[in-house]
Amino acid sequence: MSDVVIKFENVSKQYRLGVVGTGTLSHDLNRFFARISGKEDPTKKVGVSNKLNVRDGDYVWALRDINFSLNDGEVLGVVGKNGAGKSTLLKLLSRVTAPTTGEIKVKGRIASLLEVGTGFHPELTGKENIFLNGAILGMTNREIKSKFDEIVEFSGVSKYVDTPVKRYSSGMYVRLAFAVAAHLEPEILIVDEVLAVGDAEFQKKAIGKMQSVSKSGRTVLFVSHNLTAVEQLCTKGILLQNGTLVLEGPIHDITSAYKKASVNENELKRSGTRLVEIKNYEMTNMQGKVIDEVFLGENFKINAGFVAKETTDYTDFTLDIRNDSNEFIGHITNADDLFEIKNLQKGEEKRLSVEIKEMSFAPGTYYISLWLGNKYGTFDYIENCIRFTIKQGELYIRRPFPFDKRAKSVLKSSWSAK
Amino acid sequence: MNTKTVGQQENWSMVMRPKKSLFEVNLMELWQYRDLITMFVKRDFVAKFKQTILGPLWFIIQPLLTTLMFVVVFGNIAGIPTDGIPKVLFYMTGIVGWNYFSTCLNDTSQTFIKNASIFGKVYFPRLAMPISIVISNLVSFAIQFVFLLGFLIYFIVVGTDVMPGIEVLLIPFLVLLIAGLGLGFGIIISSLTTKYRDLVHLVTFGVTLWMYATPVIYPMSEIPEKYKAFVMANPMTPIVETFKTALLGVGTVNYMSLLYSLAFTVVLLAVGILIFNKVERTFMDTV
Repeated sequence: MSDVVIKFENVSKQYRLGVVGTGTLSHDLNRFFARISGKEDPTKKVGVSNKLNVRDGDYVWALRDINFSLNDGEVLGVVGKNGAGKSTLLKLLSRVTAPTTGEIKVKGRIASLLEVGTGFHPELTGKENIFLNGAILGMTNREIKSKFDEIVEFSGVSKYVDTPVKRYSSGMYVRLAFAVAAHLEPEILIVDEVLAVGDAEFQKKAIGKMQSVSKSGRTVLFVSHNLTAVEQLCTKGILLQNGTLVLEGPIHDITSAYKKASVNENELKRSGTRLVEIKNYEMTNMQGKVIDEVFLGENFKINAGFVAKETTDYTDFTLDIRNDSNEFIGHITNADDLFEIKNLQKGEEKRLSVEIKEMSFAPGTYYISLWLGNKYGTFDYIENCIRFTIKQGELYIRRPFPFDKRAKSVLKSSWSAK
Repeated sequence: MNTKTVGQQENWSMVMRPKKSLFEVNLMELWQYRDLITMFVKRDFVAKFKQTILGPLWFIIQPLLTTLMFVVVFGNIAGIPTDGIPKVLFYMTGIVGWNYFSTCLNDTSQTFIKNASIFGKVYFPRLAMPISIVISNLVSFAIQFVFLLGFLIYFIVVGTDVMPGIEVLLIPFLVLLIAGLGLGFGIIISSLTTKYRDLVHLVTFGVTLWMYATPVIYPMSEIPEKYKAFVMANPMTPIVETFKTALLGVGTVNYMSLLYSLAFTVVLLAVGILIFNKVERTFMDTV
């Protein structure tokens, strides 16, 4: 049976802008007089939302009327741009600071991991720091003792537990710190960006640990810019924008809404000498019709027109394909087809057509970047300029059960038995 | 999602509100975090002497050198009388007692500023920090006190006219008062410095000046009548005086003024905890 363990009710948080300490006395007095004469706080502005570049008054709302609730065993991903209010939300929940209005109701013990290694003292040994850090995170001495071996084992620094942590490499430091935190047994675990550090193997271990925490019925709140990790770990998400909660729902809806919002805002990034310049580009189907989606397993074409501004020996043309987590998935170049683009005269225009066969990336959203250049430098590079979607269709995937979203590509196979 | 009505849902273990009432002080919670306090004390002690050659000897060197300096400057050059007690013993007794107060006050008054980074990342009862500071300073006081006893025994053995009285039994109580005063002033100052930093500057030299308003380097008997009321208003005066009487056997204990110190300490601590408790909830926004 699931039970509501966290509930935010009209929670807002206001911060003061500028240099705190100048004029605070007069503000305090203003506020004080307003309060004793029964008026509304004059420094609280109404309706000013958090636009970081708009300074309307000296106060800013980092969070505005946040309402949501979370059941036990749920893993919530908090997604949003820098300054959207993610950290403020976690800070309120972990009781680092109090809300300006509203109430946060919580059931059970909270452990927050806003930073790994909080309170680690460089002069103390690994062992001493395990006890210190555990106590800071709210464990009793007995709890730490009973888990000590497990913690050391998980961190993988057992050889160095009697060495001061100032001699540790940064990776060891983080692993030890995370190991302590991972062995907390709170009902609610709050995690902020800790996975940004540590090698791939450790990140995997950390994610696995958090998954097992949630499987044992505990609730996890997770903030990260690593959308892949968020999608792997979370079941539910909320999207914050300028301090307000704009969307709440299943994690994949949240992350795709977030990606859409962030692509539209960015202008195309373009760089290069422009000795040869890309004039136009498009994605078409085999019949030449412009498209922005293909079925898995289908063929399609990328056409690009360019003009040489100067006489040029040769140029190469490449396409980089990235997925919506900005992971580099595919790379195509004319050289692989032994195709050459040579002896371009000044003013000469060319139109290239690249046929891509049997698209086999996993269904999802992808971005193509175009690059023109040779070994001496980049002529023209346009980042993520073609956005397209691969739809599942029935060419490759025919299973009656859902496709596992963790897979990055789909391989065509034929089966037999003897 | 949640289909239960609000009425059935009120068994929350914690509710965070914008403002809580002034007197909502959770001392039980502090008790739950006693292991953390122990860890902080251990950390302070271990970290202080890592990579030093003399280690805990530094606890003794500091009062010893200060005593020698006082003997030369105040005893020999300025010629301030010491009630017939050997100068070394007189000054050292005062210094050891005063030191505990001044270190408690100095260290706890920086609670919020110095620990802003850790307070900003994780919650634990903030009072755990100043309390652990007072306890770890108690450890250094104990070492200095034992050292002082060594001197005292030496002077008794060589036949000087000093003898601890029955008032020695008051010493644990005196130590408690010193700790309470240091902690009380310290947390009030640390609460105020989160917004107005001016106090930081005041504290550093203020404590030094304060020592001169306390009978550390002079005996109470030497104070001109017109300043007496002023010196007696200082809550540290009866404590340091009693401390000297207990160990060195001069003068008598003025229980009335000691009671004044006790009352002062209790009120100060109560006010301090209330202010601290109010500030700790949002100090991260202003510090």
